[in-house]
Amino acid sequence: MTGVFRYAGQALAYLGFALLLGYFASAPAYTYRPADRAEVKLSFSHGGERKGGCRPLTPAEIAKLPPNMRRSQACPRERVPLVIEMDVGGQLAHREVLPPSGLSGDGPSRAYRRFQLPPGEHRLALRLRDSERRDGFDYESSFTVALRPRQNLVIDFRAEAGGFVIR
Amino acid sequence: MQSIKRPLRLAFAVTERVFDRAFGPAWNPLHNLGALGFFYYWIVAVSGIYLYIGFDTGVERVYASIERLTHAQWYLGGVMRSLHRYASDALVAMALLHLLREFSFDRMRGVRWFSWLTGVPILWLVYASGVSGYWLVWDELAQYIALTTSEWLDALPFFGEPIARNFLAPNSLDDRFFTLLIFMHIAIPLILLFILWVHLQRLSKPRINPPRGLAIGTLAMMLALSLVHPAVSQPPADLAKVPGDVGLDWFYLAAYPLFDHLSYAWVWGLAGVLTVGLAALPWLPPLRRPRAAVVDLEHCNGCGRCVQDCPYAAVAMVPRSDGQPFAQQAVVDAALCVGCGICMAACPPSMPFRRIAELATGIDVPDASLNDLRERTHAAAERLSVSPRVLVFGCDCSVDMAALANESVAGVSLPCIGALPPSFVDYVLSRGLADGVFLTGGSEGACVNRLGIQWTELRMDGERDPRLRDRVPRERMARRWAARHEATSLAGEIAAFRAQLATLPAIRPPAPAQPADIRETVA
Ligand code: HEM
Ligand code: SF4
Ligand code: SF4
Repeated sequence: MTGVFRYAGQALAYLGFALLLGYFASAPAYTYRPADRAEVKLSFSHGGERKGGCRPLTPAEIAKLPPNMRRSQACPRERVPLVIEMDVGGQLAHREVLPPSGLSGDGPSRAYRRFQLPPGEHRLALRLRDSERRDGFDYESSFTVALRPRQNLVIDFRAEAGGFVIR
Repeated sequence: MQSIKRPLRLAFAVTERVFDRAFGPAWNPLHNLGALGFFYYWIVAVSGIYLYIGFDTGVERVYASIERLTHAQWYLGGVMRSLHRYASDALVAMALLHLLREFSFDRMRGVRWFSWLTGVPILWLVYASGVSGYWLVWDELAQYIALTTSEWLDALPFFGEPIARNFLAPNSLDDRFFTLLIFMHIAIPLILLFILWVHLQRLSKPRINPPRGLAIGTLAMMLALSLVHPAVSQPPADLAKVPGDVGLDWFYLAAYPLFDHLSYAWVWGLAGVLTVGLAALPWLPPLRRPRAAVVDLEHCNGCGRCVQDCPYAAVAMVPRSDGQPFAQQAVVDAALCVGCGICMAACPPSMPFRRIAELATGIDVPDASLNDLRERTHAAAERLSVSPRVLVFGCDCSVDMAALANESVAGVSLPCIGALPPSFVDYVLSRGLADGVFLTGGSEGACVNRLGIQWTELRMDGERDPRLRDRVPRERMARRWAARHEATSLAGEIAAFRAQLATLPAIRPPAPAQPADIRETVA
């Protein structure tokens, strides 16, 4: 092949590669979430009560402990699992039992859930149990929210703020 | 596995021939994939340093700082950003092609596992570098990457507080996160560079720089693309909204849509299976393992040519142990040797002329020994009955020698054409075993044994030891590097060579052995 044709061939190859790079570096677009949806994220990190509560130690038990570790109560480290429920528009939309984290079950329970809802007004009711009770809930809240398309609404839980909060 | 490899290899061979015509074998990008990868890496590194200088790690200021570079300083910052992006993309394209090509050539079987196995973490690191880079821009694409990647990572049981909670709402993200991210985006590519260095440790003379013409062309293309179609950000991230349509960089993010169709645990499983499967390929059957080269100290003079020529750094020189008056001797590390025989051809005593019953040399490969080669050369010559007679030396990875054979063409196949001592050409012609010698082997720049073709050319052209002797009539020699599928055109060239030989005076075929005729010839 003559020189000119060779360089033309090279130019063609470079052009092809450039087109490939230029196009696929940012296209075609991918639709992560449809435009006519909003998202509600339920996410929090909260530790349930310790299992069994504390119990006073007998004098004999106290005497057996090394002197620098003597205390009057034995408290279990393991926490109870949380129970979370969410209603959307009066219907149960989600129920989950959240075990505590950590190898000995002494860390907080963590929640991270996404829900897609159509935009518009929704009534959300949330309930959380974080104690040893068998039924009923320790925290309950409800919110009326007006969701815009592609809005990201976050429901967090903060015991120190008194329960569920919208962020 | 062969059913994937064979068509893949054919596809590469055919495409490489097309590229050969435009670029020539030396500049052919497909022969320089690894070297191009390094070249792209350096472009990314240099442009990255420039971008880092203008980069602000505050959550509120990240996006604006990149916008400033892109638009206010389009002629420098913008070009650097585009180079950074496009060279990173080219790096992925190159790495994947390189992987496929090495796979199709079986360049990872048996003792050649090392480069392949170290290539697997390279892939992970390349992707991690790219993903962390897009995350830094903090536009809608970055937000999408942040959400999916962090949720995916949280599916592993190692992390305490879920990482995804950093991206819940506008006020959950702090500056520290971007400081961590930029640290990762620098650390991961540095680890990548280190593993790239490890990747080449078992190869001798690895080609890590592309030929100048190819480098200039590639850089010019990247610059032109950066000016014509600069890399830009998507709208700024807003954690109060969910990203909708995001323009993906498919080189890095092609697998991301999977996250919306499979559970995170499945994607982890899939990634794990692919990684382990890829890493295990060198050991999957059928595992043909030629025996390693063996040094015969009686014939080794410690010249070191075998060390110079072995493509896999499998031979080393050590102090002499047998009392012969040489300082050094060769030793083979069997764990690195692929049995290509290139060292045997380099060794000075590898001469067919000597009249001993069993030829021996300093270093030899048991599965294709020097003696064996001489016997096969004689056997092939005896099959030639019609002049001009052509003896073809080829290699096992190129055109099948049997397919070329007829009454005037006979072939001898070697593990690699680099395993042919040049003295064999002299031997065949001076003994009248044939009227011409034709050399062939895998296509140019695509030698399965990396350096076999290169050494053969230099040796035959008298530019590297062992050199073909001056007395050999060059008009009775021809060579053509051909891929496996090119049997027809190779046969055509051999026919043309025969026609050229027909114009030369005939050579007397060997008389029945007359021992007195045979001189002992030593280099
Ligand atoms: C950025 C990515 C990479 C770069 C820059 C790179 C670079 C190189 C270079 C320069 C060579 C030497 C070529 C020669 O002189 O013959 C090489 C060889 C090789 N690479 Fe890579 N590589 C990369 C990724 C990979 C990956 C992902 C794999 C496979 C998983 C891989 C597998 C191999 C193999 C099998 C060889 C040949 C070893 C042999 O001939 O025995 N590489 N690479
Ligand atoms: S090429 Fe042959 S003689 Fe030279 S060091 Fe190697 S084995 Fe010894
Ligand atoms: S046969 Fe010789 S050249 Fe080939 S890998 Fe083994 S030692 Fe190296």
